[in-house]
Amino acid sequence: MHSVTRIERALRRLNRIPHLTRASWRTATSAIALAIGLTLVTAGPASASFWAPQHGGSPNADRIHTLYAVVFGVGVVIFIAVFGALVYAMVKFRARPGAVAEQLHGNTRLEIGWTAGAAAIVLVLGIVTFLMLPGIRNPDNSDKDGFDVSQYQTAKDKDLLPPNGQSLNIDVNGQQYAWRFTYPDKDADRQNNVQSYEEMVVPTGTTVTLDIRSSDVGHAWWIPQLGGKADALPGYTNHTWFKVPAKALRNDDERENGRVFKGNCAELCGRNHANMTAQVRAVTPAKFQEWLDRQSADLVAAHEAAVKFRQEQQQSDKAEAAAAAAVDSDTTSADPSAPSTDSAAPAGAER
Amino acid sequence: MATVTATPIPQVVAHSVEKPVKGWVDWVTTTDHKKIGIMYLVLTFAFFGVGGVEALLIRLQLAVPDNTLLDFKTYNQLITMHGTTMIFLFVVPVMAGFGNYFVPLMIGARDMAFPKLNALSFWMLAAGGLVFYASVFFNPPECGWTCYVPLASKDYLPNGGVDAWIFLVHLTGIGSLVGSVNFYVTIANLRAPGMTWSRLPLFCWTILTYSVLLILALPAIAAAVTLLLTDRHFGTNFYDPAEGGSPLLWQHLFWFFGHPEVYIMVLPGFGIISEVLPVFARKPIFGYKAIAASTLTIAFLGLMVWAHHMFTTPSPSVVLVFFMVSSMLISIPTGIKIFSWIGTLWRGTIIFATPLLFAVGFLGTFLIGGVTGVILAIYPVDWQLHDTYFVVAHFHYVLMGGAVFAVFSGLYYWYPKMTGRMMDEKLGKISFWTMLVGFHTTFLVQHSIGMDGMPRRIPEYADIGNLAIYNLISTIGAFILGVGILITAINALRSLKHGAVSGPDPWKANTLEWFTSSPPPQNNFDSVPRVRSVEPMKDIRAEIERRNNETKPVSA
Repeated sequence: MHSVTRIERALRRLNRIPHLTRASWRTATSAIALAIGLTLVTAGPASASFWAPQHGGSPNADRIHTLYAVVFGVGVVIFIAVFGALVYAMVKFRARPGAVAEQLHGNTRLEIGWTAGAAAIVLVLGIVTFLMLPGIRNPDNSDKDGFDVSQYQTAKDKDLLPPNGQSLNIDVNGQQYAWRFTYPDKDADRQNNVQSYEEMVVPTGTTVTLDIRSSDVGHAWWIPQLGGKADALPGYTNHTWFKVPAKALRNDDERENGRVFKGNCAELCGRNHANMTAQVRAVTPAKFQEWLDRQSADLVAAHEAAVKFRQEQQQSDKAEAAAAAAVDSDTTSADPSAPSTDSAAPAGAER
Repeated sequence: MATVTATPIPQVVAHSVEKPVKGWVDWVTTTDHKKIGIMYLVLTFAFFGVGGVEALLIRLQLAVPDNTLLDFKTYNQLITMHGTTMIFLFVVPVMAGFGNYFVPLMIGARDMAFPKLNALSFWMLAAGGLVFYASVFFNPPECGWTCYVPLASKDYLPNGGVDAWIFLVHLTGIGSLVGSVNFYVTIANLRAPGMTWSRLPLFCWTILTYSVLLILALPAIAAAVTLLLTDRHFGTNFYDPAEGGSPLLWQHLFWFFGHPEVYIMVLPGFGIISEVLPVFARKPIFGYKAIAASTLTIAFLGLMVWAHHMFTTPSPSVVLVFFMVSSMLISIPTGIKIFSWIGTLWRGTIIFATPLLFAVGFLGTFLIGGVTGVILAIYPVDWQLHDTYFVVAHFHYVLMGGAVFAVFSGLYYWYPKMTGRMMDEKLGKISFWTMLVGFHTTFLVQHSIGMDGMPRRIPEYADIGNLAIYNLISTIGAFILGVGILITAINALRSLKHGAVSGPDPWKANTLEWFTSSPPPQNNFDSVPRVRSVEPMKDIRAEIERRNNETKPVSA
C-alpha cells in the first residue's frame, strides 16, 4: 500500500521532527531563566519568605522554618530526580526512524524498590517531624530577662503552659472585624482586666500563651513571624504561644518604641475579612510594665469616673423618687398594702 | 357440510411508524450514553469557561495592592462562584462526561446499564447548575466554596445565595450518586467476553473508584447541607454553639466529603494519563497491576485524611497526628503511579502529539503539587501555610495543572472518536505551551505570595513585602493561561468542520473504543471480539497483520 492518508502522514511527520527545534528549546529555556531571574532580582535576595515561611519573631516560628527547610530540601531533591528522569526519557526515547519500543510490562523488583524507597522517605520525614514537634507545639520557658509573670497567673491546663508553669496568658477574642486582647491581672475579677483592640503589647523574653476564642463567626489568628495559625471558633478555645526574644529588637528605635509584627485574619469571616488585621508590639519588660500600669491607671480612673457618675445618677434618682413619693403618699395613703415609699422605687429602678 | 375453519390471520396493528426524533428534541430525550456524554462535556466545558472568567476577574482585582475594581461583596461572591463552579460543575462532572462516553465503549458494551438513569444524572447536574447560577439574578453566596458555619448561617448571610448553593449540592449530588451506581453496575456486568478484571482498561478502573468514592462521600455532604438548610430555615441548631451545636461538626462533615472529592477529581485524570502514555510511547503500560492497586489504595487512604483541612482548628494532638500520618502515606501510592508512568515512557518511541504533551505537562505539574502536598501534610508546617496562597497554589497544581491538564489530554485524544475529525495539531501545541507557561507563571509565584503572609480570600492587600510584584506576575500568568485555553476552545470548534477525517483508529491505540467507527454508531459495536489482554486493539491489529501475511502467498 503506497497511498497514505492525511493522518498517517501527520503521524509520520510527528515521528520525524523532534517536537522542539534546537532554537525553540533555547528560546524556551532562556525565557524561563529570564522569568526566574527577573523574579529573583525584583524580589530581592534579602527576602527569606521567597521560598520559606516567615520567622524571626519567636522560637516556634524559627523551628517551623527549620522543619519546612528540611522537608523542602527533600522535596527539591525528589523533584529534581523524578523530573530529571522524565525529561531524560522525553529526550532520549522520542520516536526516531528505526527505533523500536521495548514491549515490557513491568519489573517487579524495580516496583518493589521504588515503593520501599517512597516509604523510607515518608518514614524519615515522619521521624524528623516527630522529633521537632514538641518544640513547636509546647511553650518554652520565659527568658531570664523577661517580664515577671508570677503574679499574673490564670488557671490553665498544664500541657498548654511552659515547663515551669509560668506564662503571660492573654485572652484573644475575634469578632467581625477586630481582635480584642484581655490581659491577666492579680485578682479574680474579669471585669477590671486591661484590654486592648487591634494591637497586642507584649514584653520581650517572655512566653505569651494565648486563649483564642470568637464571639461570632470563625476567624484565624496569625502573625507569620510569631508562628502558626490558630482558628478562633465560637464555642471553642484554641491555644498557641510565642516568645519574642530580647534580641529581636534590632535597634534603639525598636528598644524605645517596640517592634511591630503584623498579620491578617486567615479565615474568611465576611465582607471586611481583608481589613481584620492584627498586630503585636513587642517592647522591653520595663516598657511593658509602664504600659500595663498606664492602662490599669486609665482603667481605674475610668472605673472611678463611672462609679462617681453612677452615684450621682443614683442620688438624683433618689431625690426625684423622694419627690415623687411625697406626691404619691398624699394620694394613696388609704391603701395599707402600698409599699413604704422610702427606698423601693429607686432600688427597683437601679436593678 | 363444509365447515369454515377460522384460521388466524396476522394483522398489522401499528398505524404509523415512529418517526426518528431529530434536532434538539433528540438531545433532550436521548438515553444514548454517547449523546449524554457529549452533553456532559459541552455543559461542563461551558461552566469551565464561566469559572475561568470569574478567576480572571479575581486576578484582575488582585493585580495591584489596594485595588478598588471590585467591592468586597462582589469579590466574595466571585470566589464562591469560581470554586463551586470548578469543583461541582466542571472537574467532577467532566470526568462523568468522559466516563459516560468511553466506559461502555472501552468495555465493549452497547450502552450504560441504566440508560434512563443516565439521562437523569445529566439533567440533575444541569438543574443544579441552573439553580446555582440563577442566584446571579438576586444574591449569589459569599461564604467561599466551603460555606463554613457560622458565616453561612442565617444570622450572618440571611439572603438566598447560600440556599442556592445548598440546592446545587443536593441536585448535583443526586446526579452524581445515580451516575456512580450506573458506572459501577455497567463496569461490573457489561464487560466484553474475556475482559476480566485484570484486563479492564485503567481508565475504567479509575471511573470505578471514582464511583465508589462518590457513593461513600456524598451522603456526608448531603447530610451536612440538609442540616444547614434546617438550621437556616426551620429553627434547628446543629451548628450553633450557643444552643449546643458545633461549627466543627460542619467542618468534619464537609471535609469527610471534601477530601475524597479531591481524589474523585484527580483519579479519572490519572486514568486518562494511563491510557494516553502507552499509546504515544508505543509501549504497554508499565506495572498495570501496581497502577490499578495504587488507585484503590489512594481511594482508601483518601477517605481517612479529611481532617488535614482542619489542622488549625481546636483539635486534640492525637487527631492531628493521625491525619498527618495518613496524609503522608498517600504520597506512597501516588509516587508508585508517577514512577510507573515514567517507566511507561522509558525505552518507548515517544510520539509528541498534543495528547502526550498534555499528559507529560500533567506529570510535571502534578509532581510539584505532590511535593507541596507532603509539605502541607506536616501539621506544624501547615500552621504557617494553611489558608494562605501557598495552599491556593498547591491545589491549583493538583486540580488545574493536574486534573485539567489530564482532561485536555483526554479531549485531544478522544476528540477524533467523538466527532470523527482530528483536532489541529499545530493549534494544539501552541495551546499546550501557552497553557503550560501561563499556568506556572500564575501559580508558582503564589507559593511565595502565601509565605509572604497573604491569606486566601482577601479582596485587597497592603503593599508590603513583595506582594505587589508577585501578584502582578500571577495576574499576567492567568491571562496567558486564559489565552491558551481559548486556543483549544477555538481548535475544538473549528475542527468540527475543518479537522482531518480521523477514521476509526487514528492513534493506533490499545482499547476497544477504537474498534468501532468514529463517531460510533448508536449500538456501538455489531460484534465484539473476545478480549485476550489489556490491549485488545493491539491484538486485533497483530491478528489482521498475521492473516494478511498468511493469505498473501496464496493469492500471489
